[in-house]
Amino acid sequence: MGKRVGMEVSIAAAEMVGLCDVDVIAAYPITPQTHIVEHLSELVADGHLDAEFIPVESEHSAMSTCVGAAAAGARTFTSTSSQGYALMAEICYIASSLRLPIVMAVVNRALSAPISIWNDHADLMMSRDTGWIQTVAENGQEVVDLLLHAFRVAEDHRVLLPAIVNLDGFTLSHMIEPVLLPDEDEVKRYLPPYRPRLRLDPEKPMTFGPVGMPEVYTEVKKAQDEAFKASYPVIVETWDEFAKVFGRRYRPVETYKSEDADVIILTMGSTSETAMTAVDKMRAEGKKVGLVRLRLWRPFPFDELYQALKGAGAVAVMDRAMGFSGGAGPVCTEVKACLYDRAFYPYIQNYVAGLGGRDITVENFEEIHDKLVASMKRGDPMGYEIINVRE
Amino acid sequence: MGIAAEALKDFNGFNPKKLPEGEPLSPGHRACQGCGEILALRQVMKALGSNVIVASATGCMEIVTSPFPQTAWRVPWIHVAFENAAAVISGVESAYKVLNRKGRIHQPDVVFLAYAGDGGTADIGLQALSGALERGHNFVYVCLDNEAYMNTGIQRSSATPYGAMTTTSPPGKKSIGQRTWKKNVAAIAAAHGIPYVATASPAYALDLMNKVKKAAMVPGPAYLHIYSPCPTGWRYPTDLTVEVARLAVQSKVFPLYEVIDGQWILSRKIAKPKPVSEYLKLQRRFRHLTETEIERIQARVDAEYEELLKRCVTPEKEGKASKETEE
Ligand SMILES: Cc1ncc(C[n+]2csc(CCOP(=O)(O)OP(=O)(O)O)c2C)c(N)n1
Ligand code: SF4
Repeated sequence: MGKRVGMEVSIAAAEMVGLCDVDVIAAYPITPQTHIVEHLSELVADGHLDAEFIPVESEHSAMSTCVGAAAAGARTFTSTSSQGYALMAEICYIASSLRLPIVMAVVNRALSAPISIWNDHADLMMSRDTGWIQTVAENGQEVVDLLLHAFRVAEDHRVLLPAIVNLDGFTLSHMIEPVLLPDEDEVKRYLPPYRPRLRLDPEKPMTFGPVGMPEVYTEVKKAQDEAFKASYPVIVETWDEFAKVFGRRYRPVETYKSEDADVIILTMGSTSETAMTAVDKMRAEGKKVGLVRLRLWRPFPFDELYQALKGAGAVAVMDRAMGFSGGAGPVCTEVKACLYDRAFYPYIQNYVAGLGGRDITVENFEEIHDKLVASMKRGDPMGYEIINVRE
Repeated sequence: MGIAAEALKDFNGFNPKKLPEGEPLSPGHRACQGCGEILALRQVMKALGSNVIVASATGCMEIVTSPFPQTAWRVPWIHVAFENAAAVISGVESAYKVLNRKGRIHQPDVVFLAYAGDGGTADIGLQALSGALERGHNFVYVCLDNEAYMNTGIQRSSATPYGAMTTTSPPGKKSIGQRTWKKNVAAIAAAHGIPYVATASPAYALDLMNKVKKAAMVPGPAYLHIYSPCPTGWRYPTDLTVEVARLAVQSKVFPLYEVIDGQWILSRKIAKPKPVSEYLKLQRRFRHLTETEIERIQARVDAEYEELLKRCVTPEKEGKASKETEE
């Protein structure tokens, strides 16, 4: 049986990665990710985890080293944030194109400038088209569970894609929370030993990462896209199996009091817990409001999201990052794309909040709700607004 | 005894009459005629044999050997990006270490090779190389130095020699071509205190292959800087590659040496050097240089060679070591 512990979420994340019998960890420090790799290096130093911990000289090399290790057949992990993630980005594309099941925790943090160590989703959005499976955790338990799931789904031979678990910097990574940590046997029951399909092996030589001329590049990308789409049912299936072993059921989209709601607030990440409190409060005041939360960000859960939103008259999509598209934030853009070709189309407004660590409060969600209802009544064009700006 | 000397105490050099027959890098690649890089790489691979995993940086050698679905590689080979060959091989080597330790594989003797051009080594890849050398991974790093970014069309690198014409260091009314002197990456590698560093040239094939073998034998990182003339970029006839490479050594432009456990050892002393002008005049990339500039280059080459001699503890007499190096 696993054990219930009160633990900083970063430490719990590292403990979970340790339980997964990871072989190679290559990492570089950046706030607020540091505690995860610090604790992993302790686990290795103390002999609790038999792995190679490689303190590389940059995030670019961290991901490059992970690519080499995964190609050689090792279960591989890294973690980063913000600027480090940006520095890695070049190799992130390559990791997914080479179909290497690397697992990474991204502790979300704002991107410079101005330099900010605090949380928003700018780094998460920067990487949305890198071809990695991406989940977004709401609390410590999810961080732990989603990490275990990430190894399982990434290494599935029907998938073979790298996977990211996103967690909000500080507001989640540095919280002390009660977490159920599984024991080794439970982990073994869920996560089989890593068996690479192809590896760098002198006994069976193979060429990895050759040049793609115009005659083949498109076909390779199509194959990658098909693999990416095909990962979706496997993600759901492996979550269902997770429920069988651990009793906790995960779905790509989470709903809270949304079935009969007129107004839906849509969030992603740890603010969802604040949003729930706000929903409870507004429900008590007789407002028919509900919450929809995205847990799976890539591949995007188009059908589930439609199912979750189709009963609502209006949707407030919250973004924790700027889109600089001139139209809407990145989450809202996806939501609109998801609904565009459906028979129904709710009224949507986009609210950008919580940039660079600014708190998102229960009052903010009430404000979002009221603003949405007011603009719908006025018949405002659907657009976006940055809220909670000091004037 | 240092770790490299210890590992090399029973070293057996290659025999000129009987070279390894295997060609881990097969013919049928697409390098230009007379390419010095592919010649050097072939010698490297012959010396290493087949129990090897190779990580390539982006550059000429990556492009010409791997147009999908073809490959010139008979050994496992991976290309990831331009600046990270040393980091990629760090991961491969670490994976083998831990998988052997955990008993998941039984392949303890695999050799790990990373190679890049001078751009991927001296410039954009220097940080990853330095990191991997400092961390002490057991691998061989080969810089195939053709003194410019050839793959993208002959742009200058920090290993381009003073005065050379490239497409980003063109000579003109206000320019003599490359304005800076060549960066000494072998010395930078040696400054990391790694067990083995050497310079080599495909014109001295046995010397090159023996150095590769030594590099693979020493535990920990080894760095080889291999001079690799490029007829396309240097503008000389394609049948002169070996000649140009040999002249570079004979004119002291590219001296051959080893650094074993921190001790610098000249591979062959050049007692009667050829004039640098003889080397320069074969290549059209130096065609625009005036007598004064050539004298300046000669003076610099002489001074650098003197510096090297001072560093070397056991400068070999000409002719002694050259038994092995002369073909
Ligand atoms: C990050 C990045 N910047 C630039 C390039 C473009 N690029 C590819 S190969 C190359 C030059 C390679 O030169 P060198 O390392 O000297 O090898 P050579 O082609 O001469 O063998 C450049 C600039 C790239 N692939 N990646
Ligand atoms: S450009 Fe030079 S280095 Fe590149 S393949 Fe041709 S000869 Fe070789």
